[in-house]
Amino acid sequence: MSQAISFHYDVPGDDFTRAGEASSGVKKALKQVGLAPDIIRNVAIAMYEGEINMVIHAGGGQIDVDITPDAVRMVLKDQGPGIKDISLAMQEGWSTAPDDVRSLGFGAGMGLPNMKKYTDEMTVESTVGVGTTVTMTVFTHPQREAVS
Amino acid sequence: MSEFFHSVTLDQDLCHGCINCVKRCPTEAIRVRDGKAKILSDRCIDCGECIRICPHHAKKPIFDPLSVMDQYKYTVALPAPSLYGQFNNLDDVEIILRALIDMGFDAVFEVSRAAELVSDATRKMLSEGQLPRPVISSACPAVVRLVRVRFPDLIQHLLPLQAPVEVAARLAKKEAAERTGLPPEKIGCIFISPCAAKVTAVKMPLGTIKSAIDGVVAIRDVYPQMLRYMKEGVGSGEEYLSSGRMGIGWGSSGGESAALLNDRYLAADGIENVIRVLEDLEDEKLGSVDFVELNACSGGCVGGVLTVENPYIAKAKLKRVRKYLPVSCNRVGDGIPRQMKFDQEIQYEPVLQLDEDITVALRKLSQIEEISHQFSGLDCAACGAPSCKALAEDVVRGYNTPDACVFLLKNKMQSLANAACEQEGKIPAVPLGDRRE
Repeated sequence: MSQAISFHYDVPGDDFTRAGEASSGVKKALKQVGLAPDIIRNVAIAMYEGEINMVIHAGGGQIDVDITPDAVRMVLKDQGPGIKDISLAMQEGWSTAPDDVRSLGFGAGMGLPNMKKYTDEMTVESTVGVGTTVTMTVFTHPQREAVS
Repeated sequence: MSEFFHSVTLDQDLCHGCINCVKRCPTEAIRVRDGKAKILSDRCIDCGECIRICPHHAKKPIFDPLSVMDQYKYTVALPAPSLYGQFNNLDDVEIILRALIDMGFDAVFEVSRAAELVSDATRKMLSEGQLPRPVISSACPAVVRLVRVRFPDLIQHLLPLQAPVEVAARLAKKEAAERTGLPPEKIGCIFISPCAAKVTAVKMPLGTIKSAIDGVVAIRDVYPQMLRYMKEGVGSGEEYLSSGRMGIGWGSSGGESAALLNDRYLAADGIENVIRVLEDLEDEKLGSVDFVELNACSGGCVGGVLTVENPYIAKAKLKRVRKYLPVSCNRVGDGIPRQMKFDQEIQYEPVLQLDEDITVALRKLSQIEEISHQFSGLDCAACGAPSCKALAEDVVRGYNTPDACVFLLKNKMQSLANAACEQEGKIPAVPLGDRRE
């Protein structure tokens, strides 16, 4: 079995001041592991977007991160309202964020599209009224052109 | 990894081994070992926080004595703009500059003059649009060092221009050589500095191979000497002032940004605030700014550890002395001179990395997690490391043992005592006759 390390975070809902705690924790760990700066950035941005989504739309949730020598896998699970039309949510600029959230500078409709842009693999499973699980993977050996 | 020089030194006799500096250090670069504070050289960024916090004055900044002037045939003073904010009731910068000449310098080249050139060059580079946005100021040496060890992805955002004092030294040396006909090694360009990190920047420059600055003296050393000469009307009557409001404004936080004539900037000062901004920049949370000015010291350069005056009072005084000056007196012309640009790329120093082999690093990271759970989580620093996590990392790196934790030690002693108590009654009684009264 290959070396791996896992981190678990509980993301509280409706607390913008704490959104980003999980991603900065993972960022620090990845610097200790010594991954390439651009890989770390991709993970940090994708995870931060996911974290913010949980806070805005789902009242919080849980994040599990597994780091192996080959990949960083993030599973973001919430028990929020769920996404009715996933392909619509994946479109840039499409947002259901309420005005008060937009006034904070969030909810521009770039969350899911950005998460996809910065990761190598992403799946979204969602059931309305039950919750959403987003699984994202960033490979540590780049398998595609760098995102700029 | 290359050796790091630092501008902070420890007076062993004064150090009590308390944990004030350990807790304050923003990069967790200090440990107490054998009762004395030790700096982990690769992590230190020369921010000076430990010098400020040490209640016993055991942490001392390194700088040159004024006698460094004696080593050169011809000396040029490079006064930092923050120097102008140190004096009471002063409206005329000329008095300061004349005092430097009266003190024994042969010439003066204001750092604020070079700052205006750097500002002009920055404006040009921003309008050309070649640099990745936002551009991060590279003038504060502690910030550049911080980015280099902790924010590798932001290195490419650093403004690739030499800091004003370096530009000043290069130009001053050239001017003096032309004026005197002396070879460069006989000309001493001496920086009158608010900042200890600049000493490191001279000895171990980033962005260039060799600094043109020959000596760094402290404002606090020069200050009492200057006061003697600062009587109005005394001096040659010659005029030395050659910079305006923009250049002198660099002495406090926001000055560099204001000189860009562009509203899309942010200016943060104080090392903790700087780190928070860099964290957010790294996550691309700041979308709409073109320029980020970061100063490790609160208030900007006026907050440097080698100054005399309270930084905020110095800031107010700086405002007063520059009030009636022209906006700016120096421009770079059409192109940006080569000697103003970085002539060496800044390299990432991965000091946080646990091992070069990812598999080994991952194993070590797991061990750190595991070991840190044994500790109290109080981050008391009694072990000499700033936090339980930091001690766990030290243990895994082989620098310490878990027994350094006083709580673990206490538990260990408790269980030994418990074991001893359990044995009571099972041990044969000592014969009465042997008792000593």
